[in-house]
Amino acid sequence: MADLKIRNLKKGFDGTAIIKGIDLDVRDREFVVFVGPSGCGKSTLLRLIAGLEEVTSGTIELDGKDITDMAPAKRDLAMVFQTYALYPHMTVGKNLSFALDLAGVAKSEVKEKVQNAARILELEPLLERKPKQLSGGQRQRVAIGRAIVRNPKIFLFDEPLSNLDAALRVQTRLELARLHQELQATMIYVTHDQVEAMTLADKVVVLNGGRVEQVGSPMELYHQPANLFVAGFLGTPKMGFLRGQAGKADGAACEVKLECGAQLSLPLAAGGLAAGSPVTLGVRPEHFNIVPAGQGQLRVIADVSERLGSDTYCHVRTASKEMLTIRVRGDFAPRAGETLELAFDPAHCHLFDADGQAIAKRLQQAA
Amino acid sequence: MTTSTLDTHLKSAPAAAGGKRRSLKPGWFLVSPSVALLLLWMIIPLGMTIYFSLIRYNLLYPGENQFVGLENFEYFLTDAGFMPGALNTLALVGSVLLISVVFGVLIAALLEACEFWGRGIVRVLLISPFFIMPTVSALVWKNLIFHPVSGILAAIWKFFGAQPVDWLAQHPLLSIIFIVSWQWLPFAILILMTAMQSLDQDQKEAARLDGAGPIAIFWHLTLPHLARPIAVVVMIETIFLLSVFAEIFTTTSGGPGFESTNLAYLIYNHALLQFDVGMASAGGLIAVVIANLAAIVLIRMIGKNLTNQ
Ligand SMILES: Nc1ncnc2c1ncn2[C@@H]1O[C@H](COP(=O)(O)OP(=O)(O)OP(=O)(O)O)[C@@H](O)[C@H]1O
Ligand SMILES: [Mg+2]
Repeated sequence: MADLKIRNLKKGFDGTAIIKGIDLDVRDREFVVFVGPSGCGKSTLLRLIAGLEEVTSGTIELDGKDITDMAPAKRDLAMVFQTYALYPHMTVGKNLSFALDLAGVAKSEVKEKVQNAARILELEPLLERKPKQLSGGQRQRVAIGRAIVRNPKIFLFDEPLSNLDAALRVQTRLELARLHQELQATMIYVTHDQVEAMTLADKVVVLNGGRVEQVGSPMELYHQPANLFVAGFLGTPKMGFLRGQAGKADGAACEVKLECGAQLSLPLAAGGLAAGSPVTLGVRPEHFNIVPAGQGQLRVIADVSERLGSDTYCHVRTASKEMLTIRVRGDFAPRAGETLELAFDPAHCHLFDADGQAIAKRLQQAA
Repeated sequence: MTTSTLDTHLKSAPAAAGGKRRSLKPGWFLVSPSVALLLLWMIIPLGMTIYFSLIRYNLLYPGENQFVGLENFEYFLTDAGFMPGALNTLALVGSVLLISVVFGVLIAALLEACEFWGRGIVRVLLISPFFIMPTVSALVWKNLIFHPVSGILAAIWKFFGAQPVDWLAQHPLLSIIFIVSWQWLPFAILILMTAMQSLDQDQKEAARLDGAGPIAIFWHLTLPHLARPIAVVVMIETIFLLSVFAEIFTTTSGGPGFESTNLAYLIYNHALLQFDVGMASAGGLIAVVIANLAAIVLIRMIGKNLTNQ
């Protein structure tokens, strides 16, 4: 069992608040990913959970037991560091067995656990080597193995893949997913790589400036971002935003008048929205279509195009000077300065009020 | 099997030799000026010392400079001062090394472990003895600390009603070990403190999560991390400690008897107190041999440690 409950957790360094009140539940066997921009407090939150930093206020509970002030070693958590933090003077085998040896576990049991971890991670031929003699990926696996032998309640990872090259990162990502399945383990994983967050997570926690912006499954966050920040943070290329004003709104539809000239009606339950209040419309790059002149909602001027082979990302400018990115077929490449006509399905649009909060989610509306 | 290995040998041998020759030629040419200078620098004094050690050369009997073979060496080695001098040198080097490494590690670890107000000042104070000239520090110890009448230790002894100890007369070698340790401990602290700061914080935190307490972290992480700087401290200190002289000269003059005479002081004794340059040169050469032996042993023991990690 591993149920983690965090309540109103705060942390400041020298009076500067870094974590500003976080509530979070991690359930048994869940793979939870913390994402957020650099400096938002992801590592700090993880270190608070691990016990490497002292909590300023708030509580952390594991399986109903308050562990807020417990020593890190007693918490039954294992952490994998970004720098691996292997003990350089010990062999791989010794690195793996260090915690068990310190705890005074019987030799035969230590050996069995080390062998088991080495088998899972394919480290058997490397047990006699020193960390210096390993490649980056192998070191990473030793660091994970060191966590596995302790059989912790929760695995904590702080950007474990960021020191690996792109190919190895993809491979290790898959291995982590496999490991999560195989060990039936609870894992908390910090990253600023969206792909890692989307592919690995059962639950994504988007952090910004020491607060939780939204918690949910990857698809929930992608399709129903709770606010402008989450909408802009998840998805590459970024969601395009268009400023506008709300028009007539009721429980089923909402008129929006965009600054760039277009006017449309969205199938949203925007009952509370006053007519004339400023709103922001968000559309993902893949939801734009280029259509013949006169059939679209939006007229834009092409700027730079990035051709990736499979797709082309066209960066375009609207009449009101907002930049949008649209994703089109790989063989399409407009000239810079060319005028394009865009169409998009109102059903795929996101609407945010003046405070950046999303207005009515489509799924709720559908339900 | 055999033929194939032979084959590869034959094939690789000329290539390797060729490669070597090519890499050596311009290399030698370019470093030759400095090598030549170094050689002159070394060979001339060494040659003169060897020459002096083979002739009778006593300043009291000028003009009697005939060749005497290895007589000077024989006299030096059988001199009443040689055995005590050699043993004292060993004892001095060994104990100062032990004191400075053990206390250096402990003090550096303590400094690193606890945050307290004025840590920067304490650091400077700890290191400052190193910057005091040996003669000055020896005089300070002799007159302000060890002195049986005006020394601090005498005052403490008197305070507790004990008979003050004349340290330099009763425990000359121990006193000198104290003085020299006081000078060289700061060097060890300086090197070890700097090295300690380069210990990876993540490793310490990982060890904390693995259940290691401060002592286990010190034993399993800090000490292995310090192996290399400790080797450096031992090497450098040995070189300087073999030739300790000023401290002995200013305090005990090697006495009483030969109790605090080391090899460096013995050589000085022969050369300038007995005016026997020939015998002093022989002693100098013996000291060079001993220093080289020590260096070879140290490099064997520690050098491996230095390059392997
Ligand atoms: N020990 C510390 N003392 C003072 N400030 C700190 C300390 N550790 C972190 N901070 C501050 O806390 C903030 C959050 O840091 P944190 O390391 O949690 O960011 P992060 O989200 O992990 O960023 P990144 O993605 O770059 O790793 C930063 O502004 C940082 O300067
Ligand atoms: Mg971080």
